[in-house]
Amino acid sequence: MNQHLPSRLLEAAVNEFSRLPGVGRKTALRLVLHLLRQPNSDVERFGNALINLRQKINYCDECKNITDSAVCDICADKKRDRSVIMIVEDIRDVIAIEGTHQYRGLYHVLGGILSPIDGIGPSQLNVDSLINRANGEDVEELVMALSTTMEGETTSYYLYKKLQPTGKKVTAIARGISIGGELEYTDEVTLGRSILNRTLYSENKTV
Amino acid sequence: MFLKKIELLNFKNYEEASLTFDPHVNCFTGSNGGGKTNLLEAIHYMAMTKGYFSTTDAQNLRHDASMFHIQAEFVTERGLDTVSCTLRSGQKKQFLVNKTEYDRLGEHIGRFPVVVICPNDHIIITGGSDVRRRFIDGIISQVDKSYLFTLMSYNQALLQRNALLKKVAVSGFMDAGTIDLWNERLVELAGPVYEKRTAFINEFQPLFNASFNFICGGTESTDLQYQSSLSDEDFKAALEKNLKKDIELRYTTLGIHKDDLQIFINGYPVKRYASQGQQKSVTIALKLAQFEYLSKIGYSKPMVLLDDVFDKLDDNRVSRLMELVSQDRFGQLFVTDTSETKLSSVFQKVQVKHKIFHVSDGKVLQTEQQLHEL
Repeated sequence: MNQHLPSRLLEAAVNEFSRLPGVGRKTALRLVLHLLRQPNSDVERFGNALINLRQKINYCDECKNITDSAVCDICADKKRDRSVIMIVEDIRDVIAIEGTHQYRGLYHVLGGILSPIDGIGPSQLNVDSLINRANGEDVEELVMALSTTMEGETTSYYLYKKLQPTGKKVTAIARGISIGGELEYTDEVTLGRSILNRTLYSENKTV
Repeated sequence: MFLKKIELLNFKNYEEASLTFDPHVNCFTGSNGGGKTNLLEAIHYMAMTKGYFSTTDAQNLRHDASMFHIQAEFVTERGLDTVSCTLRSGQKKQFLVNKTEYDRLGEHIGRFPVVVICPNDHIIITGGSDVRRRFIDGIISQVDKSYLFTLMSYNQALLQRNALLKKVAVSGFMDAGTIDLWNERLVELAGPVYEKRTAFINEFQPLFNASFNFICGGTESTDLQYQSSLSDEDFKAALEKNLKKDIELRYTTLGIHKDDLQIFINGYPVKRYASQGQQKSVTIALKLAQFEYLSKIGYSKPMVLLDDVFDKLDDNRVSRLMELVSQDRFGQLFVTDTSETKLSSVFQKVQVKHKIFHVSDGKVLQTEQQLHEL
């Protein structure tokens, strides 16, 4: 698949598609040929959607989540609990946590996690705005909800140190055995951690 | 547990073969290139779902063949287990136990445990410190799953710190806070690894000494020394002290990824001062101690595969080794050597029943049960 395609236009489009994550040249060619078979208007709509997305997308002034307006729907919602801020990596985590219907507080989207390999240091993340928000009068608790990978844990630790001077309560979501899971099939590392971080039975919330 | 029977089809230089084994000792003899080690490889496949001597499955296809098949019968306390492995070229290998496939091949490992001792093990002594670390890590992680997890996290944190060092070296700008962050991370993860390695060596040392003493008849003394930059100084302080050097080299120069295991005979490092025969004895003693360690913490008796171990060892050491592995706490034994007379005389000397297979050009001649009743 390294040989050049007979059309430069085709070649250019395939090149662009193959830059997407998880897409190789073969898949890129298949996608491009598919678009070629579609009506002109459909492809125009497709292209415009991408251009509009890139040019008009906004990041919420408060939580840095992706939004169409200056402040996202969650931050604008008067019914949300303004005393709690949950720190997440990106919008996918916001969607996942909203899906639980268990959280009524606000979010702060970091926009990534610390990873020098990928060139991401503290200055690439929305850390300063987080500290500013944490210093706000209404805020009482900050909940860390980052991945349990080594980089995620390192980022949590970094944020914890940054947040300590604010004097606010800093918590982290629990990690352990999945609900409805059998103990014997839980991986030993998770199981071991859940023993170390065991909780008072009377304080276990089951809803 | 023992391996009763194995059948090969298009495996390495075997077009077709069927062998029925003795529950205790089995010997494969024949000239070079006949296929002795290939039989051990097939047994290893049945125990570990993959080869010991080959890196890919396809290497084990007979020349010009498009599939190989190995089938084995193990006799266990529960009855008879049939294990089979089929590889069709270009496809995923199919591994069945009693005609059922595993969800993950890893589940099979440990069911029919096996220990291999072969000439290549020598690199534990002659190779770099990474080989010795892998030897230690391999044993500890079989016993302690959280050890492996911590070690993997450490290695990942190390990659991140090195990437950061490189960035600092290139840009000339250093954010001290970020370096500290990764330092702390390394320190936190290195601690448990260091402690577990130390504890392991302390437990392993007497087992190793005992195995070595047995093989060489107690004439030489051995010592293991775990060397780590963490034992000399506070790791955090050391990282900070070495930061400038690390930035120049763009690499973390201290840490548990630099640990080594020094082995001494009579007070001298084996790597530099020991003879080839001594080195071989040390290698075998390390492997036997590994087996003893794992069986102590509840692994069932493994099969022992000895490939060409008599080479370079004097007769006394050979008989002691055979006496040791023939003992009841070791499982079924498979031995290869070019000389049948040597194999036979060794086992006669230590009075152990054995069965001999003549191997030549991919054919196996099973001499009528050579069970020397004593």
